Amino acid sequence: MSESPSSPLTTADGVPLKVSLRRAVRRSKIKALLLVSPLLLFLIIAFVMPIFDMLWRSVDNPEVSTNLSRTVEALEGWEGDALPGEPAFAALVEDLQEGQQARNLGLLSSRLNYEKSGMRSTINRTARRVNALEPPYRDALIDINDTWGEIDTWKLIQREAAPLTMSYYLAAIDRQLTVDGEIVKVPDHLEIHVALFWRTFWMSAVITGLTLLLGYPIAFLLSNLPLRHSNLLMILVLLPFWTSLLVRTTTWIAILQSQGVLNDVMVAIGVIADEARWQMIHNKTGTIVAMTHILLPFMILPLYSVMKTIPPSYMRAARSLGGRPFLCFRRIYFPLTIPGIAAGGILVFILSIGYYITPALVGGQSGRFITNYIAYHMQTSLNWGLAAAIASILLFVVIIFYLVFNRLIGVDKVKLG
Amino acid sequence: MAIPSYATRGERIWHYVFLGICALIFLFLVGPLLIIIPLSFNAQPYFTFSQKMLTLDPDGYSLRWYQEFFTSSAWLNAIKNSFIIGIASTILATVLGTIAALGLSSRNMPARGAIMALLISPMIVPLIISAAAMFFFFSKVNLAQTYLGVILAHTALGIPFVVITVTATLSSFDTTLIRAAHSLGANPTRTFFKVVLPLVTPGVVSGALFAFITSFDEVVVVLFIAGPEQRTMPIQMWSGIREQISPTILAVATMLVLLSMLMLTTLEMLRRRGERLRGLTPG
Repeated sequence: MSESPSSPLTTADGVPLKVSLRRAVRRSKIKALLLVSPLLLFLIIAFVMPIFDMLWRSVDNPEVSTNLSRTVEALEGWEGDALPGEPAFAALVEDLQEGQQARNLGLLSSRLNYEKSGMRSTINRTARRVNALEPPYRDALIDINDTWGEIDTWKLIQREAAPLTMSYYLAAIDRQLTVDGEIVKVPDHLEIHVALFWRTFWMSAVITGLTLLLGYPIAFLLSNLPLRHSNLLMILVLLPFWTSLLVRTTTWIAILQSQGVLNDVMVAIGVIADEARWQMIHNKTGTIVAMTHILLPFMILPLYSVMKTIPPSYMRAARSLGGRPFLCFRRIYFPLTIPGIAAGGILVFILSIGYYITPALVGGQSGRFITNYIAYHMQTSLNWGLAAAIASILLFVVIIFYLVFNRLIGVDKVKLG
Repeated sequence: MAIPSYATRGERIWHYVFLGICALIFLFLVGPLLIIIPLSFNAQPYFTFSQKMLTLDPDGYSLRWYQEFFTSSAWLNAIKNSFIIGIASTILATVLGTIAALGLSSRNMPARGAIMALLISPMIVPLIISAAAMFFFFSKVNLAQTYLGVILAHTALGIPFVVITVTATLSSFDTTLIRAAHSLGANPTRTFFKVVLPLVTPGVVSGALFAFITSFDEVVVVLFIAGPEQRTMPIQMWSGIREQISPTILAVATMLVLLSMLMLTTLEMLRRRGERLRGLTPG
């Protein structure tokens, strides 16, 4: 640049060019941000805040500290080597009286029940009789329920007074805290979540593998046909993609159930006996077949867009150099398609581990995913903290795969349809 | 995929075997969707072909499940809800998404990668997690079990599709066209309506279609945050499949398959129109 310090380049109205350019860029930046800001604001309120609220809920622990505030205060400085003194019992009676009047002991009793089974009925039974109690409260409470005479109960109240808790996350991986603060496994019959996480992962891996196995030949065919034909066949791939998820799940129920189309055909042509119909639905098979069908287009489309860019002359060159067909495919074509395999594979896997509807409808007991347990804790057991913790763990896994995907392919390269 | 002239006998055989395998996979893809169409005309309340249907006896077929659908207030109400929620959330998502896409495609957009990742995130986060999160949050602010709540939730879910399709259209938009229009004497308004809008519209419309179908087909979020008043079609189907499984569902499914065929045709036409306008393909 031939820019001399004595006479910097200026625009027509005398502003140095650099300054003017910087202004223009800044204006254009502000304009771009202003255009994006309404959407950004909307998503932050309607989507990001709910997600953070959920993350907060998975560690939030307000029940004991708000409902039993006096008891917690009275327990301050208590060492836990013997039962607390009368003031703590009196404070508990006062807390329960207030809670009983306001009718808000439900959350508290559930919360303590997660940590120590039996606490729900202990609190409810005590609360019902708390107004009629006479001092000394210590004996009166123990008289109602022996649980108040256990040091562990009081230790639990003292521990759960903390504003944050890890116990939902521990429960999500089938662990719990003992009164001494040690992390131990829950009893065998309560162990479910870890096994479900693993099942979700391995079944998703199987589904991803199957979609690759079925999608690869189709993508290869589509990318090697003349455009006229491939456009027509592409419709066959896009039609399921555009069809309602529930419709596709319903058709698999109609096909796979024991009185369904496939079993009827098999009985009619004599492959199986009428009484020995295959059980193909409401189990793992049902989930795997239906989800492979549903996710197959998500594998074919990225594979196709990669294969489309491979010049056919590469294979011809390899053949002309004397390579046998399989060798040429393995050494030349296949390595070139790996970006497509990675993109499709990660996409299908991410979608699969988060699926809820299909496993819930065709999975039965054995084909259920961890997502079904999020719904269970949300709707049936009403342990929302645990639901939030499981969802947060799943979210974490999905985000890791998403970052890998973004790094490898770039999310703005995602094509639709 | 013509067979090259130098192919050996084995390769020729493999070629036909390969085509056979592909045909089977296509059957796996489309077959299930086609099977339900005849099943929905079943005169019997079963999910399978009856003897009479197989012998093509007209008695085996009937329109009773369609009749049941069109006379059931629950289903009609569900359709109405689906359209109200779908259309409202599509409009919101399309307007917000298109404006944002204009900003995102500016060369001077700061932090584009991060913002794009955020705008796409509702598509990546599993629906059950979004649903749980929205349930917790919306119940706090009294939006749960209201139309507004469901519409806002579906808008959030539809936004990534609008942003992706519209930014893709804008990135292939040739800005010299605007300058050309100006140099030919068109004022900015005329340029916008005569040059910019016709080129961008196909992208906006296909984004809107994606947003609509996302809302129209969405079960999980509605399941969590909607009340009995906001029952949509997918919810009606969901409970139909879980509780009393009746072929009415197959009739609904058939109509939805036809709807998706319609959508697909529209999208394909839009794509071709866009290409033609941009001069990518002759005629």
